[in-house]
Amino acid sequence: MRPPLPLAVEAAVVRAAGSLSRLAGRGGGTTLPGKLLWKLDPAAIDALAARLPQGSVAVSATNGKTTTAAMVAEVLRPRVRVAHNDSGANLVSGVASALLHAGEAELGLFEIDEGALPEVTRRIRPKALLLGNLFRDQLDRYGELELVAGRWRAAVAALPHAQLVVNGDDPQVGALARPGGRVFGLDDPRVARPALQHAADSKYCLRCGTPYEYAAAYVGHLGDYRCPKCGHARPPLDVTARDIDLRALDGASFTLAAPEGEARIELRLPGLYNVYNALGAASLALTLGIGLDDVRDGLGRFSAAFGRFERIAIDDRRVLMLLIKNPAGANEAIRTLVEGAAPRVAVIALNDAIADGRDVSWIWDVDFEPLLAGLDRLVATGSRAAELALRFAYGGLERDRIEVVPSLDAAFDRGLELTPAGGELTVLPTYTAMLALRRTLASRGHVTNYWERAA
Amino acid sequence: MRIRVGHLYPDYLNIYADRGNIAVFSARARARGDELDVRAIGMGDAVPVGEIDLFYVGGGQDREQALVAHDLAAKSEPLREAIEEGSAFLAVCGGYQLLGRFYRDVAGAELPGIGLLPLHTIAGERRMIGDVLLECTWAGETLAGFENHAGRTILDDGAEPLGRVLSGFGNDGHSGFEGCRYKRAYGTYLHGPLLPRNPWFADRLLEDALAHAGVEERFEPLPDELEHEAHTVSAARARSRGGKF
Repeated sequence: MRPPLPLAVEAAVVRAAGSLSRLAGRGGGTTLPGKLLWKLDPAAIDALAARLPQGSVAVSATNGKTTTAAMVAEVLRPRVRVAHNDSGANLVSGVASALLHAGEAELGLFEIDEGALPEVTRRIRPKALLLGNLFRDQLDRYGELELVAGRWRAAVAALPHAQLVVNGDDPQVGALARPGGRVFGLDDPRVARPALQHAADSKYCLRCGTPYEYAAAYVGHLGDYRCPKCGHARPPLDVTARDIDLRALDGASFTLAAPEGEARIELRLPGLYNVYNALGAASLALTLGIGLDDVRDGLGRFSAAFGRFERIAIDDRRVLMLLIKNPAGANEAIRTLVEGAAPRVAVIALNDAIADGRDVSWIWDVDFEPLLAGLDRLVATGSRAAELALRFAYGGLERDRIEVVPSLDAAFDRGLELTPAGGELTVLPTYTAMLALRRTLASRGHVTNYWERAA
Repeated sequence: MRIRVGHLYPDYLNIYADRGNIAVFSARARARGDELDVRAIGMGDAVPVGEIDLFYVGGGQDREQALVAHDLAAKSEPLREAIEEGSAFLAVCGGYQLLGRFYRDVAGAELPGIGLLPLHTIAGERRMIGDVLLECTWAGETLAGFENHAGRTILDDGAEPLGRVLSGFGNDGHSGFEGCRYKRAYGTYLHGPLLPRNPWFADRLLEDALAHAGVEERFEPLPDELEHEAHTVSAARARSRGGKF
């Protein structure tokens, strides 16, 4: 048996591996050190987490976890030094890498993949856990929604002392609420949808299977629900968003109402889904003892998490890039787009790598139809470009308006060419397509690589 | 012609983008001058035997499947009657399992099926997930799709599979066959959804439905460049990364 390395030496060695990987031009090297540590000595992850003087907090959800965690980081920034896996590397290895680079950090802030929640929380033992939502996503990778919900129940049960901050508007997530924590949700039926969306997931009562009745349905199955048969209903809310004002692509504002008081929150990010993200972030920050003013200011400063929503100027044109990755998230991106000016030219990219989901059937659950009326030209791209083109053709877009250009770079250039000077090109990529497009843009000097920014 | 479609449990069984299949039926019927009249047949609804030319049932998650299984069992007589008198039927994934005699989960509990197809399904520990490519010699065509199922479906002796597995798991991961067909009823695990990238199969089902309505017709093919390209990519995926034990 080899003698155990002192933790500091071990950490230095694996950090060096990450630098080498970066120097060798092999991408961000964001998870390599963590992967090595996990292989060499998984218990070291527990030990590194235990060194953080203020402990750790964790954020998980199907949609919005990266943005929500980044919002929390911005709110905490003036008060607390955090170790944060801010490039979206959210499996054990990504968390381990962030811990390796924790330096003088006081608090760990970790975004965690919803499927990996029990495995990661078992190691880092967070003192607070923000649970946002559960939607159908990458069934080929995560299995059925009920399976993920079961993992969350197990993770939470194994952390009896952690404070739980849960979204009460999601039946599966709201059911995890327990004393000592907080339940958040929306309280503004004016911004509700007229009906549940096609892709609504948890629409049957958790207890008896009867369809819920919704006093307000906000995003997917999130809303104010009640079972007409057994009475199971949304739990009482501790923190709410009221008087919500959605300004299409230009931002949103709402009144945050919490036991600590009320504050008007101005967001530079658009869409009701970002109101949920901000509300969750605010609830977690308040739970950590951050004051209302700091919460308001931090959320007001926040611009966008990596790759989720970006506007990039390219010569005399602008590019608006919105990540799409599952039906609920894509529906919200489209709703927000259409509330502004519906795009005339769009480049939509569908890849089918593991990180995108190998099963591309989810695009048929997305409500793309609101885009059709205003769309002059669709450039369908990515490794499953033809499948995406079929989705639009059978959705009702004339085939002569659809161009299939599998190469992402060529499709992007074609989109720019179709965009008039002074106009804006809308780009909706899946995850790996987003990474590839950002690399292209960076190589042309338009955006910075995320690992440069994070360094 | 009006083609009357009965969509079983659209609110419950819709996990793998089943509305894509309905959209394909609808557009391809319209391109031939026919019109699709889709009605939902949900919990507690009667099955109007003789008035439906084409039934469709999709897949659901285990929870939704359990919620509909008992209601479906109560519909088994009229559905069997409909198939015997010549209605067409497409059942995908969970819907396919429920057309067999029973589905037994990992704990040994049984969900009743309707015994319309000569098969039964037993859940296994490992899910069978991946791209699939089938050869359907009875039609001289191939089918490309995606499968994601824990159930191992076992066909009775003499039962006709939908196709031979070229790549992927298929019914049970071992037999080399996928799906089942009986008269004008077809069951399969393939989603993706199935029909957009396999337009010949959509046309075959529509022709079957028209035959039930009393019209014998062979469609002229449509200019399906996008469909064929999507099929080619999907088939290549299955060849390069279709699942096997």
